[in-house]
Amino acid sequence: MNMIAHKKALPEKFLMDSKTMGKELSGKNKTENIVLQVKDVTICYSGTPAINNVSLTIPERRITAIIGPSGCGKSTLLRSFNRMNDFVPGATVEGQVLYRDIDLYGSNVDPVEVRRKIGMVFQKPNPFPKSIFQNVAWGPLINGFRKDINERVEKSLRAAALWDEVKDRLKDSAMALSGGQQQRLCIARALAMEPEIILMDEPCSALDPVSTARIEDLMYELKQQYTIVIVTHNMQQASRVSKFTAFFEAGKLVEFGKTKNIFTHPTNKRTEEYVTGRFG
Amino acid sequence: MFQRKWAKHWREEGIKAGLFLCATVSVLTTFAIVWILIREAGVFFQEVSVSEFLFGTQWTPLLEPRSFGVLPLVCGTFLIVAGTALIALPAGLATAIYLSEYASSRVRSILKPILEVLAGIPTVVYGYFALSFVTPLLRTVFSDVQIFNAASASIVVGIMVLSMVASLCDDTLRAVPASLRQGAYAVGATPVEVTLGVVIPSSLSGIMAAFVLALSRAIGETMAVTLAAGATPKMTMDPFVGIQTMTAYIVQVSLGDTPAGGIAYQTIFAVSALLFVITLIMNIVSSHLLRKFREVYE
Repeated sequence: MNMIAHKKALPEKFLMDSKTMGKELSGKNKTENIVLQVKDVTICYSGTPAINNVSLTIPERRITAIIGPSGCGKSTLLRSFNRMNDFVPGATVEGQVLYRDIDLYGSNVDPVEVRRKIGMVFQKPNPFPKSIFQNVAWGPLINGFRKDINERVEKSLRAAALWDEVKDRLKDSAMALSGGQQQRLCIARALAMEPEIILMDEPCSALDPVSTARIEDLMYELKQQYTIVIVTHNMQQASRVSKFTAFFEAGKLVEFGKTKNIFTHPTNKRTEEYVTGRFG
Repeated sequence: MFQRKWAKHWREEGIKAGLFLCATVSVLTTFAIVWILIREAGVFFQEVSVSEFLFGTQWTPLLEPRSFGVLPLVCGTFLIVAGTALIALPAGLATAIYLSEYASSRVRSILKPILEVLAGIPTVVYGYFALSFVTPLLRTVFSDVQIFNAASASIVVGIMVLSMVASLCDDTLRAVPASLRQGAYAVGATPVEVTLGVVIPSSLSGIMAAFVLALSRAIGETMAVTLAAGATPKMTMDPFVGIQTMTAYIVQVSLGDTPAGGIAYQTIFAVSALLFVITLIMNIVSSHLLRKFREVYE
């Protein structure tokens, strides 16, 4: 296992506002700030391990890609970052997933609160059968952000590069949008919660190349403000958008490092074989 | 090579024809029933005008002076339906929500069959249950409850259709894709918020269809209301007095005391035709709602 060397630069107060965090980061400090730390995590489905003793760090305001062949457990790992595995009967998580020193699996942690801070975009666009406006506004509204909801919806839709296409039909059903628009709406829905981390589980696999390119551009924009973890089958996508890449095989982390290193000088033979398309 | 084997061919054709015949039987039966209803109701309406039948408020076709206003029977039926709706719709939907959103698969595998047993109990048993258990119970709580009353009949019909409401609603709730629930959880929703904010609105038309089907079943329900609700056609909203429903009236006449052929006998066809039209409309509404519901995820 080959891990990047990182100096931990964890803030003293771990629930700091993400904006003040940004100021600390600016400057010439090249050290990555760690926002998520995965420590010896093993995830089992009814006793069968899908992720086996994995340790990993997710740097702040970067795009980290998780790649690997089908069934290697990459989605399972991603879903453990915002407790979405809780809904899978028989799934158990051992080890620690630390969000700024808070163990997300600690006994005092409310998974609902975790998901407010760590949003998710899914493989298939899954807008609610509600209006475009309601899709974005619903999350903030149920969480008590009633103030300036119109501004919040507009801001989120703009950030998701969808505003211009839908501003005149916010009351229309979201189901009438195209697949790519629906996926951007789902991103806007996640952004409306003002999360710190956005998890993306193969967000482009159901989309055409044009829509995919738009989402990738969007991710590039979003990393200014958000930490993004993306699971993808598409190695070009991983190499295009991400700064760091983790390669998984059979539930194990094979290699983790800077994306350009993983794709040009992988240290592991299996990684090389995978990124050059010899299997997977 | 490639020659047609005639024995095989005719066997296939024979099977096809046989299956078609079976399918035709139910269609023919339906048409035959509708035809007889129309013909016999036609005989009735030669003597009594349609408006007198539909808008009259006295129903005494078996006693002098005869009067053929069907509204007391319709009123009785809808009193039962209202009571049934009050019980079966909320309880049925709540049961479905529990089964589909909260129950573990183990609890579900025990609860669902028990619920389905409710639907399998003969309706005459429900009738006796109403008479011998529900009515005495009502009488201990409320002061002036007649032996035969709409309330106890409504309660048992409510229990009867509860399993149907629960089962149909459970199906529609479970048809909501898991991805939709996950999307809702991913923006920090609690299970209650996911259920009320996303799952139920998404399956609203399916739920409405289930409600309409259940109520149309309550309209047609016969045995329990005949036994428990009484045989006194009345325009009333008081659930604690005896009433008569359309179905119970048909039973009363069909029991044999009324000679066939007379106007009193013809009334049951007129009432049946009205009953048929009402349930037909409700079934059409329900299937229309269901069709609308299916389009949501396509």
